[in-house]
Amino acid sequence: MDNFTILLTFFAMACFIGYFVVWGVTPALYSPLMSVSNAISGIVILGAITNGNDWWGIFAAFLASVNIFGGFSVSRRMLAMFRRGEKNK
Amino acid sequence: MIISLTGLFCIILFILAIRFMATPKTANMGNYLAIISMMMAIIISFSPLPENYLWLLSAIFFGAIVGIFFGEKIKITELPQMIAILNGLGGGAATCIAMAEANIFDQSSTISLLGGIIGAITLSGSFIAFCKLQGIMKKRKIFASSAIVNICFLLIMTLAVFFIDKQSFMVDIIFCIALVWGGFMVYPVGGADMPIIISILNSFSGWATVAIGFSYSNILMITVGTIVGASGSILAYIMIKSMNKSLLKLFIQSDLLKTEDVTEKIPNEGSPKDAAFIMESAKNIIIVPGYGMAAASAQYAIKSMADILEKKYKINVKFAIHPVAGRMPGHMNVLLADAGVDYEKVFELDDINSEFSETDVVYVIGANDITNPEAKTNHDSPLYGMPVLDVGKAKVVFFVKRSLNTGYSGVDNPLFFAPNTIMLYGDAKKITEDINKILEQ
Repeated sequence: MDNFTILLTFFAMACFIGYFVVWGVTPALYSPLMSVSNAISGIVILGAITNGNDWWGIFAAFLASVNIFGGFSVSRRMLAMFRRGEKNK
Repeated sequence: MIISLTGLFCIILFILAIRFMATPKTANMGNYLAIISMMMAIIISFSPLPENYLWLLSAIFFGAIVGIFFGEKIKITELPQMIAILNGLGGGAATCIAMAEANIFDQSSTISLLGGIIGAITLSGSFIAFCKLQGIMKKRKIFASSAIVNICFLLIMTLAVFFIDKQSFMVDIIFCIALVWGGFMVYPVGGADMPIIISILNSFSGWATVAIGFSYSNILMITVGTIVGASGSILAYIMIKSMNKSLLKLFIQSDLLKTEDVTEKIPNEGSPKDAAFIMESAKNIIIVPGYGMAAASAQYAIKSMADILEKKYKINVKFAIHPVAGRMPGHMNVLLADAGVDYEKVFELDDINSEFSETDVVYVIGANDITNPEAKTNHDSPLYGMPVLDVGKAKVVFFVKRSLNTGYSGVDNPLFFAPNTIMLYGDAKKITEDINKILEQ
């Protein structure tokens, strides 16, 4: 298989995995799901790291980093609220 | 070898992380798995050391400080805005990477150009969404030509991706056009459609990552981006279904619905005292929150109302949530969880809808369209076909609203004039607190 076909295979498999995994999430957690998936879309930072010799690449690393850390911190706070509901029982 | 195996391990952890988001008990674990796996992914990408790694590290460091600062500081009521802006930053990063690539090689690949375009649309679209959520941009202007505008932009972009010489200068221009397009795309969309828009932007930031991943042949970026894209798309699909809209209608809707002659009927109006009196003698109560609860930050007052009713009067209290209530998917669940409501008392539309006919009192706070019975009965109603909560079947329905105005759809809700409905006019929080005071006596 050539390189592009391999990548395409991974893409197709990931579509299936994503589909089944996401449908498993309970509707009550859609907001945290969105927030976590938002944070992990910051994986685009890997592309920024390979572009360190251009200022746009460094700026991209900054933006993606805000996305990652902001996203995880928002998710953490949201999920902590759901835990609080649990403790109040 | 070790590096690529670690990459594979990261992919598995990311998938498990989303899998753990399935239930509230495991969701926290899911978030931590995602964090660990993200850190691992970043660390392995620094080997071998990239050029300018000190600059990159400091960019990441400052980004982390900014991200954590705003993430921790933001108010719970501002969560939808925060998520919108973070989505935009992810897209913006993809665009910047595509620009950097075009600068370095003075030539851009088709796939990274595509990633940059999606990223730019996400960036400006999210910014407009942010302005709308923050209330900076209040007016909902609809221009009849929005369909034509969108088609024109689509044409320009298609031509650009396939035919234009992808030199760095041209690439920058194309991204600028994409930025303008993103703005035009989101601008005509109104507040109650926000759950759909945020989900779509969420999926866009994922697809942009996928495209960039293809251009760098990076499997980690492709798989993780795809999962994000899938998650956003599925959420958007669920939201669109729950509103009975089509994707096409959302972006090219060209007319505001006009309400027909305003009915001269007069609804029953009540006071908090009446409400408290009726609630005291009920056996079971269902509370239906909508955006109005979020706008007034009434969730704490609601929580204490539920507590008083349960502890003092031994009334069975449940919460019913419509999928599109609020400004993002799951918005109401987060607010109720924030107030400390046990999530086992919170039910989704399909699980609770049959219970309304056996319910004594329904307390609708800041919601309108999602309870409109015309969605089931009136074929001409724009809401027709949308799944709604059957609150009208209960013995008594309280609507807490600021006025008798129509909801977002612009349609009258006949339930307001029903004999078993009592309107409580005023601020959602104030009214609820007033009822609580009387209940406590």
